[in-house]
Amino acid sequence: MSAPSSAPLLEIVDLVRYFPLRNAFGRRTAWLRAVDGVSLSVQPGETLGLVGESGCGKSTLGKTAIGIYTPTAGDIWFAGREIGRLPPRERRRVARDLQYVYQDPGASLDPRWKIVHSLHEPLKIHTRLSRTERAREVGAILSAVGLPDAHLDLYPHELSGGQQRRVGLARILTLRPRLVILDEPTSGLDVSVQASVLKLFRGLQETFALTYVFISHDLSVIRAMCARIAVMYLGKIVEHGDKTAIFEEPRHPYTQSLLAAVPRIGGRRVTLDFALQGEPPDPRAVPSGCRFRTRCPLAQDVCAAEEPALRELDGRRVACHFA
Amino acid sequence: MSEPLLSVRGLHVDFVTDRGVALVLDGVNLDIGPGEVVGLVGESGCGKTTLARAILGILPPGAARIRGGEVRYRGQDLLRADPIAVNDRVRGRGITFIPQDPFTSFSPVFPVQTQIMDLMKWKSPRAGNGDGAPSPFRRYPRERYRADREAVLDTLRAVQIPEPARALRRLPHEFSGGQRQRLMIAMALLPRPDLIIADEPTTALDVTIQAQILRLLRTLVKERGVSVLFTTHDLGTAHEICDRIVVMYAGQEVEAAPTAAFFSHPAHPYTRRLLASVPTPDGEIRDIPGEVPSLVEPPAGCRFHPRCDYASAECRSARPAPRMRAAAHAVSCYHPVDAPPGSDA
Repeated sequence: MSAPSSAPLLEIVDLVRYFPLRNAFGRRTAWLRAVDGVSLSVQPGETLGLVGESGCGKSTLGKTAIGIYTPTAGDIWFAGREIGRLPPRERRRVARDLQYVYQDPGASLDPRWKIVHSLHEPLKIHTRLSRTERAREVGAILSAVGLPDAHLDLYPHELSGGQQRRVGLARILTLRPRLVILDEPTSGLDVSVQASVLKLFRGLQETFALTYVFISHDLSVIRAMCARIAVMYLGKIVEHGDKTAIFEEPRHPYTQSLLAAVPRIGGRRVTLDFALQGEPPDPRAVPSGCRFRTRCPLAQDVCAAEEPALRELDGRRVACHFA
Repeated sequence: MSEPLLSVRGLHVDFVTDRGVALVLDGVNLDIGPGEVVGLVGESGCGKTTLARAILGILPPGAARIRGGEVRYRGQDLLRADPIAVNDRVRGRGITFIPQDPFTSFSPVFPVQTQIMDLMKWKSPRAGNGDGAPSPFRRYPRERYRADREAVLDTLRAVQIPEPARALRRLPHEFSGGQRQRLMIAMALLPRPDLIIADEPTTALDVTIQAQILRLLRTLVKERGVSVLFTTHDLGTAHEICDRIVVMYAGQEVEAAPTAAFFSHPAHPYTRRLLASVPTPDGEIRDIPGEVPSLVEPPAGCRFHPRCDYASAECRSARPAPRMRAAAHAVSCYHPVDAPPGSDA
C-alpha cells in the first residue's frame, strides 16, 4: 500500500460483526452480516474515508472499531494493543482515546443542562482534574471550536444549530482523543454550512493532532477531505487505497458506478449514461460469491461460485475477479 | 419564452410563530414555461417548500398568511379563485406533487393499490369536472375503475416497477426507498398534469438510486411534455435535471438563468458563493461567512447584504428589482459580478 510505513494507530484485522435476526418468539432465525471480514489500518494523523451506500455496514464498522459494539470475531489493534477483548475496566481506560461523532453532535446535548455542565461531564468521568483545571481545559477547547466563553451559561436551545454542533464537537474533544470517527457529519447540511463544518474539522485536526475516520456516502466530501479511502459494499471492502488512484481510475465495477452516479457540475449530465440497475440486495440474504454480482455488468459464473479476495493492483487493493 | 404555464408575481407569505411573524416569502417571482424543468435551489429555510406549497394551495391554514401577490396558472389567479373549483380541477389534476420523503408519504396500513385507486377515484383524467366537493358517498363507476386500473398498470411499467399487478397488492413497507419514490412519480403522472411540483424528491436516496430516479423522471416528463418545479438544495442534482434554475435566498429570489448560463456565468454574489462552496477535487473548501438571517427580523433591502462583499447603501435600503443580463437570465442585484465563477470567493 502507498501509505507511510509507520506503525498504524488503529489496525482492524478480519473484523466481523453479525446481528441476530429473531422471529416473533425471540428465537434466532438468521444472522445479519453487517460487517463480514474487514481489514483496515489507519495511520496516525491521517483521514481515512469510508464510503458506501446506506446499509452497507460502514457505521457498524466504525462503532465496532471503537467498542460501541463488541466484535463477533476479529482483532482491533489500537496503538499496538488489542482492545476488542479487554476486560471492561481496562477497556474503559482506552475509551477516552477513541471518540465517535454522530451525524448531529448537537442533538446529543441534554436540553436541561447548561453548556458548561455538558462540557465538564466527560472530564469528571474520565479524569481527576480539579474544578479550576477542568474550567481551563474547557475554555481552551471552546475557543478552539470558535465559540465565546459567554456561551457556557446558555442552554442548548439558546444556540443556533451550527453552534450546537460546535458544542457537541467541543464535548468530544475535551478528553483529547487520538482517534475520532466522524459518522456522516455533513449529511443533510447545505453546501455552504457543510463547507464551514469541513473547515472546522480540518482546523481541529491540526490543533489537536487528531486522526479521523470519515464515514460518508458523499463522494465529493470524501474526495476533499481524505488521502486514502475504502469503499464498502454489503459488509465487505471492495476497493481500498490511495484517493487519487481510486477517483482517477476506479477498478472495481461498484466503485465505477458509484463515481459515475455523482452529478458533475458543468459537464455532461452523468445520469444520461448511468447504467447500474436495481438496488443493493437485502443484507439478510447476501448473494453467494461476490456480493455485487447481482448488479454487476461484468458478472460471470465464477463470481457466483467464488468470493474474490482483495488483491494488490496499481496502488490500491481490489476485490474483483475482473478488475 | 412564450406565455408561461405558471407565473408567480410578488408573492408575500408570513408565518405566525412563537417568536413573532416570520416573513418567509418576500415578493417572490417565478415563471414556468410549458414543458420546462425549473430547478428551485436554495439552502434550508430559504422558503423553497413554502413557495411550492403556496402554489399548490396547501399552506398550513392556521399559521400561514398570504399577504400579497398572485399565482397565475393558465391565466387564472389560484389565490383568488373559488377554492372548490381549484380543488376539483387544479390541485392533484393540473398540478401534482412528489414529496421529499417516500417513507412517510404512504399510509402503512393499506395496500398500494387502495391508495393509488383512491387517488384515481377523484383525480383521474377520466373523472368529470365540476362535481363540487368530494363526498364519501360518491360511487367509483365500474367502467372508469377498469380504465383507470389499466392506466395505473401502464404507468407502473413506465416507472419500471417489476410485475405491476402483483406490486399493487403489496403494502408500502415491502418496497425499498427507490421503489417507493418510483410509485410516487407514477402517482404524480397518473392524473396527466401540466405541472409537477417535486419537493427534494431524491434527498433521502443514495447516489446510485438518485441517478436512476433523476434519469427516469427527466425521461418521463420530457416524453409527456410536463413542466416540473424541482426544489433542491443540491446544485449537482439541479444541474442533472433542470432546463432553468432559480436561486432563492432567505425568501427572495436572487437569480434565474438557463442551466448552462447559470453554472458558467453566475452573476449574483450569493450564487457565486454558493457555487464556490461545493467541495472541489483538490480539497479546497470555501464557506460563506456569517449565518442565514432570521426571518422574523430580516435585514432590510436585499436580505443577503450582511454577508455580501459588494454591499452598498442602496442594498441596505431597497430590494433590487430583477434585471435582465442576457436572454432569460435575470439577476436581482445592484452589483452583479461579471468575472468567471470562483474568481472572487
